[in-house]
Amino acid sequence: MESSRRDLLKLGGACALGLTTLPLVKAHAKSDLPKVMDNPDALKGKRWAMVVDAKKCWEKGKEGCKDCIDACHKIHNVPDIGNVKEEIKWIWNEKFQHVFPGMESPHMAHDYHEKPFMVFCNHCGNAPCVRVCPTQATFKRPDGITMMDFHRCIGCRYCMAGCPYGARSFNFRDPRAFIKTELNMTFPTRERGVVEKCSFCEERLAVGLLPACVEACKHGALVFGDLEDPNSPVRKLLAEHFTIRRKPELGTEPGVYYIV
Amino acid sequence: MLERALYGSQRYFRWVLGLLILIGMGFGAYMIQLNKGLTITGMGRDVSWGFYIAQFTFLVGVAASAVMVVLPYYLHNVKVFGRITILGEFLAIAAVTMCLLFIIVDLGKPMRLLNVLLYPTPNSILFWDMVSLNGYLFLNIFIGWNVLEAERKGVHYPNWVKPLIYISIPWAVSIHTVTAFLYAGLPARHYWLTAIMAARFLASAFCSGPALLILLAYLVKKYTKFDPGQEAIDKLTNIVTYALLISVFFVGLEFFTAFYSQIPGHMHSLVYLFVGLEGHGKLVPFMWLFAILAVAALVLLLNPKTRRNEKTLKLACLFTFLSMWLEKGMGLVIAGFIPNPLEQVREYSPTIPELTIALGVWSTGAFILTILYKIATSVKEEVGEASH
Repeated sequence: MESSRRDLLKLGGACALGLTTLPLVKAHAKSDLPKVMDNPDALKGKRWAMVVDAKKCWEKGKEGCKDCIDACHKIHNVPDIGNVKEEIKWIWNEKFQHVFPGMESPHMAHDYHEKPFMVFCNHCGNAPCVRVCPTQATFKRPDGITMMDFHRCIGCRYCMAGCPYGARSFNFRDPRAFIKTELNMTFPTRERGVVEKCSFCEERLAVGLLPACVEACKHGALVFGDLEDPNSPVRKLLAEHFTIRRKPELGTEPGVYYIV
Repeated sequence: MLERALYGSQRYFRWVLGLLILIGMGFGAYMIQLNKGLTITGMGRDVSWGFYIAQFTFLVGVAASAVMVVLPYYLHNVKVFGRITILGEFLAIAAVTMCLLFIIVDLGKPMRLLNVLLYPTPNSILFWDMVSLNGYLFLNIFIGWNVLEAERKGVHYPNWVKPLIYISIPWAVSIHTVTAFLYAGLPARHYWLTAIMAARFLASAFCSGPALLILLAYLVKKYTKFDPGQEAIDKLTNIVTYALLISVFFVGLEFFTAFYSQIPGHMHSLVYLFVGLEGHGKLVPFMWLFAILAVAALVLLLNPKTRRNEKTLKLACLFTFLSMWLEKGMGLVIAGFIPNPLEQVREYSPTIPELTIALGVWSTGAFILTILYKIATSVKEEVGEASH
């Protein structure tokens, strides 16, 4: 087939013209109706938050209780990599001096040195991870949840450098071989090379369920609710108890409060 | 002009072949990483950036240093730099290419790299780093190529190149400032959270880059008929001396703030680097080597006798380059992660595959630099002979 430069340019021009119709199609097909129907049972909030009642956790829970961790990790297909270096964790426990560095003192009650504090993503009001992510793979939802899009993440790990709480895990290898619990087919497994973390179980809130860890804790040590709603269980606890947050001086506005 | 890279001595081809072998090894190791994931590196959830990002950070400095020959020549009419601006610009091209490659090999999902362009995010410093690095790369390619081509033809370079040259000057400063901002704006990391980070970066860039340029100028002089000129080297030496002094001074400032204020978070990383923290001190020997090399380089540079002696000057440049590499290409990035945000000490050391990949990237840079310098020196030789 003969083809000249002129023909090629014509073809290119025609293609470019074709592209300009895309916005027209989009404008024509525009609609205000939602593309997905909201579940009428969905839990709605303006700023989801959590209160961790450490006393309840220690006093009522058995030593070494891992109900909340197991429930979360099972439901989210979190792998058990088996080494500290590449560990993936959405919720886990740490000692006081690691959760609240700089706040410990040598003479405080023994319990505080030894007992576990549950830690997970703080869903900060002013989240550094969201600020630094170059692709908006980590973003803020209108309900206050700091969300992760596993399919957009490029694996640069800038968010991990940015998180002041070590709440983020990276899939250094293919996690699928390490999922030791029964596979939950309703939640995606991850590929190697992306970051993941606690999502306050947004997939459960959407169908009217509380986060898995909250539901799993038989002693009510984890309390979930809307910070903007004065009648929510978290607001009641915050009004009744003195609570602290992790590294409040950094201005991240953590959404997780601790009764100690 | 590219064809000039295709002719050369046996030594030239042996060197190029050697580099290609190293690049091949790096590429092979990268294939393994692509297959298995970043698990083959020493990085982990606590030290989540390692050797790759550290090399990237250091090389941005080397790239930015081209401005140290371009600025005096074009703004202050320092004529002796006229002969070597092309060496600075071509060094910048090689260095920025290495930077971009180090970013790519560090990504968990390199195939999604273009998401950075598809979802441009101005609040992310990484987005701006991408913009400034690529911009700087293209500026130097355009400027270097056009100026060299004009020189070959014996004419003045086209007028539209001049604005690009002026833009390239603040742009060079911007690439290293933005790279410093990657670190200096993170609330989580005490060691990086310092207002003089960008200043430190620029100071260390302006000694390590010109030091390398001096060494390269001597190499060019030895192996080609092109002589960059002793005067240019003397001027560069002054720049290295001042910049190294300022660099060391800035490191000292960090020490003062940390240890006089006695704030634990500010002291931790420095303690980890220089004496070890909670029994962990893998970087301690390297940091002391940094200190020794930096002081030795300063002694050699400040003493007029050793500064003017070619042998000791080369040694001083080598020490300067190595010490800044240790400080920035090793200590700075890694120590930012130690201790972790929960104040636990989890150490890092690079693995063999990780180092092989890094070596592959360095070799790619050396390869690009060789080809570009070959072209530049061939043109200079031709022009030089014609004028005799």
